[in-house]
Amino acid sequence: MTSTVLELHSLARSFGGIKAVQDVSFTLRKGEIVGLIGPNGSGKTTLVNCITGVHKPTAGKVVFYGEDVTKQKPHQAAQRGLCRTFQIVQPFPEMTVRENVAAGALFAQKINSLSKALDKADEYVNFVGIHEMADIPAASLTLANRKKLELAKSLAMDPKVLMLDEVNAGLNSGEIIGALNLIKKISQKGISIIIIEHLMKVIMTLSERIIVLHNGELIAEGLPTEIINNPQVIKAYLGEKFAKRLMEEKND
Amino acid sequence: MLKTANIIFILWVTVLITTPLYAENYIVRAAIMVAMFSSLALSWNIIGGYAGYPSLATAAFVGLGSYVGAVSQVNGVTMLFSWVLATISVGVVSSLLGVLLLRLRGHYFAIGSIVLVELFRLIASSWSSVTGGGNGLNIPILRWDPSTVASFFLSVMILLMILTYMMNIFVSNNRLGFGLKCIKQNEDAANMVGINTTLYKVIAFMLSATLCGTVGAVYASWSGYIDPTESFQIVLTLKVAVMAMLGGAGTILGPVIGASTFVVLEEIVWVNFLDWNRAILGILIVMIIFFLPNGIIKLGILRIFKEKLNQKFKDNIK
Ligand SMILES: Nc1ncnc2c1ncn2[C@@H]1O[C@H](COP(=O)(O)OP(=O)(O)O)[C@@H](O)[C@H]1O
Ligand SMILES: [Mg+2]
Repeated sequence: MTSTVLELHSLARSFGGIKAVQDVSFTLRKGEIVGLIGPNGSGKTTLVNCITGVHKPTAGKVVFYGEDVTKQKPHQAAQRGLCRTFQIVQPFPEMTVRENVAAGALFAQKINSLSKALDKADEYVNFVGIHEMADIPAASLTLANRKKLELAKSLAMDPKVLMLDEVNAGLNSGEIIGALNLIKKISQKGISIIIIEHLMKVIMTLSERIIVLHNGELIAEGLPTEIINNPQVIKAYLGEKFAKRLMEEKND
Repeated sequence: MLKTANIIFILWVTVLITTPLYAENYIVRAAIMVAMFSSLALSWNIIGGYAGYPSLATAAFVGLGSYVGAVSQVNGVTMLFSWVLATISVGVVSSLLGVLLLRLRGHYFAIGSIVLVELFRLIASSWSSVTGGGNGLNIPILRWDPSTVASFFLSVMILLMILTYMMNIFVSNNRLGFGLKCIKQNEDAANMVGINTTLYKVIAFMLSATLCGTVGAVYASWSGYIDPTESFQIVLTLKVAVMAMLGGAGTILGPVIGASTFVVLEEIVWVNFLDWNRAILGILIVMIIFFLPNGIIKLGILRIFKEKLNQKFKDNIK
């Protein structure tokens, strides 16, 4: 049996009257890749924000390796290894690529010396394949490379759980293939991954399991084939035609 | 290895400390002011330059230091120990205020910090039983001959200038400085890579304030008299921030260059146009914003100096 890394117990978060996330329970195991899908505004980003301490849940619990971490601050989540990339990339614009990545190693991994953190950074800059840009400011990277930088920075934090919030949005198909391979490589390191993604192809290729949010509620959870055949999911998110096409592609 | 910035700093300190040997009194006085304002601008640099939080609380902590120093001296504490007391008090008060104030960001923080100056001034003028209120306080002065007194205070201020310079070097080579730079560029992302941003900002604010307290206490002992309006001046608060930005905020040498340029201009040129003082300050602020956003240091002075220095080394080797 593989060990449980993260558990959500009836997690909820409201903003004023809006219930962005309600009664979500879910378990993440070591090394698995879980797809998180749902229409825009269904609460995917809010769920990640609750797990990483950005938002305090209004009800429910977040449990990480058996420890109740519901009330943690973002920096504590980072130091624990609950790491995420942002839907809108968040670099330190005037720092070099290497320094950006070093920040992850220096603070989340609590590496004490700056030069050690920079050495560590090189490792991850190489891993995601942006070593040629190591010494230029993050602001001058292309979008695809900025997304790789986000990945490298998160990896430098030595994550136990990595939450990828639409890392592929805005990339062309060639770039997406590169990103897919990268995510697979990351998963092979034993890091559990929650991937938020609109491209069903990506989700179907990567995920071992899929969970579906709709209006903040978890409406389905299961294997990819189960999900694309789930009538509720088809109604709320995929649509009849698209679900059929996905099935056919899967059978081919 | 000594960096170019350090060489320039050492040369400049040497020039300042030797003024009593060759220069007239008013030059020695200007040297004291240069050292004092360099200390203040270097202190400001930690919160304003590295962390990017433009604090306008400098005068509040200088004034608080003056008052703690003066009140303890009036109550029989020795001069040296009164300076220590001032330093510790400002360190403690600034950490507490930092916890409150650093919930604010950007302009709100700047406004919140400048309010401290007025608040402290009001307290100093109302709490007459301790502070003497609007009448101010007379502080026992050193009964040495005037030139010895000047040399003494020059040495003390230069010592503070060196301390604040070393504090800047320490911070910028440390994870604290790296974290502050991250906060300046993207505070949310800084939080997300595991930086305890609140703690880092409070530490930066405290480091920025503490030696301002010492400067205030030393200044009080030097001048022999303090009162609320002189001790808590909004103009002083603005000047220090302008000096740091003029020289180059977020660099180690910038605040020294800015403070020195400003004081030399003020003491030697502007004394003849006293009525224009504030107008000139205003014009300078506008000029910096438009023409010198990165300060004098980015004009390439360092580079030119470095090249000269390298040339000298080469010549010597030949
Ligand atoms: N900080 C916030 N303040 C107010 N409402 C928010 C905030 N964040 C998200 N919401 C609301 O919560 C709901 C879910 O949003 P979000 O989690 O961003 O959805 P998704 O990522 O699935 O597109 C939306 O209705 C959104 O408007
Ligand atoms: Mg989202």
